[in-house]
Amino acid sequence: MPGPFAAFKWVALLNEWQTFAEGFLHTILISFCGLVLALMLGILFGILGSSQWRLAKLANRCYVELIQNTPLVIQIFFLFNALPRFGIMLPVFSVGVLGVGIYHGAYIAEVIRAGIQAIHKGQMEAALSQGFGYWSAMRHIILPQAKRVVYPPLTNQAVSLIKNTSVLAMIAGGDLMYNADSWSSSNLYYGPAYVVTALLYLIICYPLTRAARWLERKAEVTA
Amino acid sequence: MIKLEAVNKHFGDLHVLKNINLEVGTGEKLVVIGPSGSGKSTLIRCMNLLEKPSAGRIIIDDTEITAPKAPITTIRQSVAMVFQQFNLYPHKTVLENLTLAPILVKGVSKKEAEESGLLYLDRVGLRHKADAYPAQLSGGQQQRVAIARALNMKPQIMLFDEPTSALDPEMIQEVLDVMTDLAKEGITMVVVTHEMGFARNVADRVIFMDQGQILEEGTPEHFFTNPAQERTKSFLSRIYHAS
Repeated sequence: MPGPFAAFKWVALLNEWQTFAEGFLHTILISFCGLVLALMLGILFGILGSSQWRLAKLANRCYVELIQNTPLVIQIFFLFNALPRFGIMLPVFSVGVLGVGIYHGAYIAEVIRAGIQAIHKGQMEAALSQGFGYWSAMRHIILPQAKRVVYPPLTNQAVSLIKNTSVLAMIAGGDLMYNADSWSSSNLYYGPAYVVTALLYLIICYPLTRAARWLERKAEVTA
Repeated sequence: MIKLEAVNKHFGDLHVLKNINLEVGTGEKLVVIGPSGSGKSTLIRCMNLLEKPSAGRIIIDDTEITAPKAPITTIRQSVAMVFQQFNLYPHKTVLENLTLAPILVKGVSKKEAEESGLLYLDRVGLRHKADAYPAQLSGGQQQRVAIARALNMKPQIMLFDEPTSALDPEMIQEVLDVMTDLAKEGITMVVVTHEMGFARNVADRVIFMDQGQILEEGTPEHFFTNPAQERTKSFLSRIYHAS
């Protein structure tokens, strides 16, 4: 009986490299769109959470607590299986983008909220005293300062988001993990399939992790 | 110019301002003194609505700013504030600190804002620091930049909330000099301070606050030669013994 990493299995994988390339590309696309969505949600809800308005804070808490305290898989299943019952049929790509986008948006909201709250309240007061409106003060005075604090944790969120797109394999997401899984379950060449898949995730995530460390050091120096 | 009618402020159970009635005339230099916790900072912060009064009316230049739909951002453009902690924008250069609000809030052109900004920097003696960042300046210099930033909004009213209290002793005078120079102009000034020399030289009127009330008001002569209230006397004598 051949071992899990027998040479002919690697050859088979190499011959069908397109399956992996396709999944890889899909994962990158879903990650990118998901990250854009997560950032938009995160910034919006982060600002709401740091504001003085009770309703805004409540909206932030509901979103963050609901999303952070339920598994991503369930949220994805909900989008994929429950929404069609209400007449909303989403293509699996959109389910992926919405799934990881909404999920990591909740984490990013907390990162942004902490970043904003790290800025001395005198900054907002100075801006208001000069006639800035709340949102304009946020944009020109507070967020540019919060940026430096939030870059490292944001990069970590980006890494988690990329890895979490693999959950889409459970709903035939067409992502890297799914393609690896379906390829190997048809021929049982699990060994090479999962090693290559892991390496592909590593290729995107490792540079980002390094970037996070670098940003962290930079923030320490300029703080 | 500024009118407070029966202004009250509560922070939870704390009654910080008790039925304050006060009028500040156009061009008047009003100095507010009093022990810490007497409500003087809250009073001045109510004048641009950084604190919202719990009750009462505040009228600035015929506009009631405590009205529900008051155009507060417009009013704040002509009521500048200088803070105890300077609150310069650390991510902007000194000149950008001066031009940011005029450009973004008032819609002044960049060129015009920079020209007037440089003039005001000149006036506080810091034109050569235009391209520096706030963190590269001493406390006294930062506060002078903050005053120039306030001036570049071309305000009608300047509020100073203990502008020298966070400074090292040797830097206090340079800030007071700038303020004294400024007081020669027609601008209306309200200054919360512990600097009695400044109050004596610059104020048209002094008010003494204690426990959320205006206990005594009068000219500097009255205050520093013959205050009526016992509380005022003991406060002033303590201040003088300290300095």
